[in-house]
Amino acid sequence: MSTVHFFDPSIQLGHGAGGRASRRLIEGLVSPALGIWGPSELEDGAMLVVGDERLVMTTDSFVVSPRTFPGGSIGELAVNGTLNDLAVSGAAPLAISVALILEAGLASEDLYRELEAIARCAGAAGVSVATGDTKVVEHGRGDGLFITTTGVGRMHGKAALGAGRVRPGDAILLSGAIGDHGMTVMLARGELDLASESLRSDTRPVWPYVEALLDRFGPEVRWMRDPTRGGLATTLNELATSAKIKIVLDEGSIVVHDPVRGACEILGIDPLHVANEGQFVAVVSAEIASDAKALLRSLPGGDEAMVIGEVEAAEIPVVVAVSGYGGSRVIDMLTGDPLPRIC
Amino acid sequence: MKLVDEFRDPARIGELAAAIAGEIRDRSYRFMEVCGGHTHAIYRFGLPDILPQSVELIHGPGCPVCVLPIGKVDEALTLTENPSVTLCAFGDVMRVPGSKISPLEARSEGRDVRMVYSPLDALKLAAGNPRRQVVFFAIGFETTAPSTALTIMQAARMGVTNFSIFCNHVTIGPPLRSILETEELNLDGFIGPGHVSAVTGTKAYDFVAAEYSKPVVVSGFEPVDILESLYMLVRMANGGIAAVDNQYTRAITKDGNQAAQAAMAEVFEERDSFEWRGLGFISQSALKIKRKYAAYDAEARFSIESIRSPEPNGAICGEVLVGAKRPEDCPLLGVGCTPESPTGALMVSSEGACAAYYTYVHRGLTVAG
Repeated sequence: MSTVHFFDPSIQLGHGAGGRASRRLIEGLVSPALGIWGPSELEDGAMLVVGDERLVMTTDSFVVSPRTFPGGSIGELAVNGTLNDLAVSGAAPLAISVALILEAGLASEDLYRELEAIARCAGAAGVSVATGDTKVVEHGRGDGLFITTTGVGRMHGKAALGAGRVRPGDAILLSGAIGDHGMTVMLARGELDLASESLRSDTRPVWPYVEALLDRFGPEVRWMRDPTRGGLATTLNELATSAKIKIVLDEGSIVVHDPVRGACEILGIDPLHVANEGQFVAVVSAEIASDAKALLRSLPGGDEAMVIGEVEAAEIPVVVAVSGYGGSRVIDMLTGDPLPRIC
Repeated sequence: MKLVDEFRDPARIGELAAAIAGEIRDRSYRFMEVCGGHTHAIYRFGLPDILPQSVELIHGPGCPVCVLPIGKVDEALTLTENPSVTLCAFGDVMRVPGSKISPLEARSEGRDVRMVYSPLDALKLAAGNPRRQVVFFAIGFETTAPSTALTIMQAARMGVTNFSIFCNHVTIGPPLRSILETEELNLDGFIGPGHVSAVTGTKAYDFVAAEYSKPVVVSGFEPVDILESLYMLVRMANGGIAAVDNQYTRAITKDGNQAAQAAMAEVFEERDSFEWRGLGFISQSALKIKRKYAAYDAEARFSIESIRSPEPNGAICGEVLVGAKRPEDCPLLGVGCTPESPTGALMVSSEGACAAYYTYVHRGLTVAG
């Protein structure tokens, strides 16, 4: 039964930021209204058993401003984001659908460029765009282009994933550096007068890494998620809550690229709260942790994979980061949108 | 980022913690960090974990968002009821609840509220949108006041007429004095603010040592800075020395930033009195725009009516703000008051003592909400 109550009189922007407010909206209003009780086994997707086949279905809407940014665009996010939700559910992608909401006045050239990006990313992942839909809304009733994609995938034969499988002593494995995507988009909005030439969104499909882990380690991989909106902090807090565990992070082992660190320092934002679009975090058994890290590092683009912490038994679900000198702090979920601090 | 790494070096931090422990005598040490940035850093870096138990840090009033009265947010939001007004504010202010809604919620409701990183961005917006009335909701201590002053001077030079400032700037000296006048307060010294002091210089705190016989060490914001400052304060407390010292020498001088002080003197004058959230009215504690620049004063342009919105019941913000009580003493902490739906002033900004305590400590002691 849901114990979360949603009394907010109207929907605010923070309800969409992926943090605590989003969670209250989903658990307190959306799920009960739709008759969905209790946590889904997979969190990022739903499992559909058809005969002997385990299929996974997931859906996601994409609203990003600006539409293009260094390293990617809304079209790439729409494909990679949905495929990554399938991947961290343990599923190889089979097909996606694409639904477009277009605002009257959108330049055809811009639409074509995004469709090309969608086709390119789907093709690279070996997935077909199976079906789609297009609607046009009045000028002023949309932000140019909104995209909803739905993906269907086939569960990996050796996958046995779920928060319920996480045990004290397990290790936390992170696929690479955090914060590149969120900070790239924040700076690309051009409101902050900050710029970095080397900063690029990390949008990419994570299935090749996930597949390699599952092929080799199967059920030793306990749980996986992609830390998108709300960042790694929010994803790990959700795990701690649903698995009723304590997560202890070694703060120094989490890779944050210098431009992201610098911008976060200036803006007063914790990189752990910044969105990623090409990373995943996995809980794996302690026995295979270093081999799993080595495997990811042997793959192209996996050279920044790290074991960043471990799972402990706990009465109170919590995520804690320990610094190199022994200071510790609680890592909370993101509260609303990350807003720069000035004063 | 090399600069930051040097000041977060675990080996150096360990040495400093040991050095402080070596100076500790059989007594207690109560130091107030004046600035919210320090409060945040102290919790973020987990410094209480590595300090001797007899060193207690009291969180002070230097969080500009926390001391902004609810009524001032309400006043700013009444401006947005005028459809030709664009209200610009720092990110810090966006989530601060007025008596009904926050600026962020006003934006969700379709009012024209923008987040800016600098008042100059608001001026740029005004210059590019001559039909809009752009108002910048200015808050902060001497840290942000000079940039507001320079923006007004720039607007005057450019001849931009659709731009004004709702000025709520405050100064750091008067609330410090007000705290020092509190009788039950039992403090052994102060960690002086870093960013404010870059403008005012360390001389702004001379009165603390001279008139109240308390030591002040102006500090940077990294763990090494704060520990070094505490080491200096412990030694000063042991020796009974009341002086103003400067740990943050890479950014702070005795006389401060003369150009910034000159800009402030050009544009601002003292208000007779200003209300501080949690502290009440303090005389000569805030800045208003001089008559010479009245064309850029939103209070003059829009005749903003003063709104006094009552503090929520049950909160002990005022006592926490002056160091008389700690965040964990408040019955509302984590129950009726969280960073997501703050009731009291100190939960509003991530630099507020209660928000820092709640975020980095309290959440580990209770079941996640």
